Amino acid sequence: MTTSVERFDEKARREFGKLGHTTVHEGELLRHPVYTRFLHWTVAIFFFLGLLSGLAIYSPWLFNWLTPLFGGGPMARLLHPWFGLMFVIAYLLQFLNWLSLMRWTRGDKEWMRHLKDYVKGEQKLEPEYVGFFNGGQKLQFWEIIVGAGVLLISGLCMWLPELFGRLAVAIGYVLHDISALIMLFGIWIHIYLSTVGQPGTLQSMTRGVVTRSWAWTHHPAWYRERTGRDPREDYQRAVEGQAGRRRAAEARQSDASAAEPESEQLPKNAPVTSDK
Amino acid sequence: MAILRTLEIKSISGHPGTVPGRGAVRGLEIAKLVDVTTCIGCKACEVACVEWNDHPFRETVFDNTYQTMPTTEWNYYNLIKFNEHQRDDGALMWLMRKDQCMHCEDPGCLRACPADGAIVQYTNGIVDFNQDKCIGCQYCVSGCPFDIPKFNPTTKKVYKCTLCSDRVGQGLEPACIKACPTGCLHFGTKDDMKALAETRAAQLRNDSLFPLPNAGVYDPQSIGGTHVLYVLHDITKPELYGGLPANPQIAFSYTLWKYVAKPIGLVVALLALLGVFFHYIFNGPKLPQPEPRAREEEL
Repeated sequence: MTTSVERFDEKARREFGKLGHTTVHEGELLRHPVYTRFLHWTVAIFFFLGLLSGLAIYSPWLFNWLTPLFGGGPMARLLHPWFGLMFVIAYLLQFLNWLSLMRWTRGDKEWMRHLKDYVKGEQKLEPEYVGFFNGGQKLQFWEIIVGAGVLLISGLCMWLPELFGRLAVAIGYVLHDISALIMLFGIWIHIYLSTVGQPGTLQSMTRGVVTRSWAWTHHPAWYRERTGRDPREDYQRAVEGQAGRRRAAEARQSDASAAEPESEQLPKNAPVTSDK
Repeated sequence: MAILRTLEIKSISGHPGTVPGRGAVRGLEIAKLVDVTTCIGCKACEVACVEWNDHPFRETVFDNTYQTMPTTEWNYYNLIKFNEHQRDDGALMWLMRKDQCMHCEDPGCLRACPADGAIVQYTNGIVDFNQDKCIGCQYCVSGCPFDIPKFNPTTKKVYKCTLCSDRVGQGLEPACIKACPTGCLHFGTKDDMKALAETRAAQLRNDSLFPLPNAGVYDPQSIGGTHVLYVLHDITKPELYGGLPANPQIAFSYTLWKYVAKPIGLVVALLALLGVFFHYIFNGPKLPQPEPRAREEEL
């Protein structure tokens, strides 16, 4: 079972690698290959199609204005199960693709214990045990696995009521909505952290790459595994490099300002580029 | 009816004494009474319903009974359910019941419906569907304890018996009532129909030749009563009459869903949006390290 899944995954990754490519520039690391990115955005598209059409059915008195997107209320109702089905299929492939990376470890338990520090954002660097995904990401992944299962089963009950009976449908509504709303809760956090909350993250799902400094900041254990280098040492080196560059710039500036005031071009907070 | 009251006579010229009937108030609630003991299964009501609602005769399936089709359909609101029943004394008898929307006082369809204005309940008790507002989600189908609303796959809307709200609004009886040749169908205020039904049930119970000791009136209180009443030979076994539920219920999950899960869930889901927004406002982004040197920490 596991090996056949791995073989399938391997093949899919290879085939998608042929369809597209990922350019990793100097100072960058490959984070998500083409196949993963394709699956992520397919899941995202069907999630939002399902969400928007679902909200329109869920509470027309609040979200009736969304129905024209799908050609009116009855059409939204007709399309919604198909969006949901596509979401589940795409997510199932993502599940197989990420299964090995999403295993829950002791480090994740530790991470969850320090969730408060993470939310407060007081520690600048993630703990050294944080690998490809941190505990929060894994929790969300498994939540969506369970949630998508609930959505699928309750959704089928509502889609084919003559097959499952009245009671299954009646319970289905409640579970379907609660499960969808938990996902909606999570998606805000996901979108926030992957865009403005942690700059440099979004490109891992668009171009497929991240900077080295992003990697040693957010996923030190992955950085170590990927580059064979020590994330904290490289971080220290970058700090020293930054300080050195600043001193040099200041020295240049004081020299220059003494002689010619025009060369004050170099901004003081020049963007950090890593050494390697 | 409220409009008709404005034409009530207030005073009469040269008339001795008070105005006859002054101040009398008719019950606002209406009801249809089906006395199944006098139904002969002629299906005139079915035809009248199809005619009045201008439905085409639809295809049907033959299932070895006298029933026109297995269940009511989106364009067949009114169906006589035929059940061949063996009595305790071994004799066979027909149990024929006119099946249609029961126009519940607490309608499960209305409870389940999420669309604004798609289902309305009039003061007179009629529960009516407004197809213009219907989104075709079919929640009402599962919400109904009598399995009445039916989905039309072409228009993607749900339909059911209107109790001829268009006729009743003009002071006429429903089409099925008008067509009934045996007088087994009656129409009037709920109070009158209830009284008539009880009288008929008592008559059946006390019949000297062929008494029916279990005869009674079907007006299930579990959903606050209905605006279609039945007089049954045996009120203790309504299921015999084509699956009439003895104790129709609206699943508790509808209440839980509509009044608890929906509002609270949506608020909680949106709280996360508010949460991440203010997280950014309070703490700012978490940058790859080392970030540009902070000048000074402001509180």
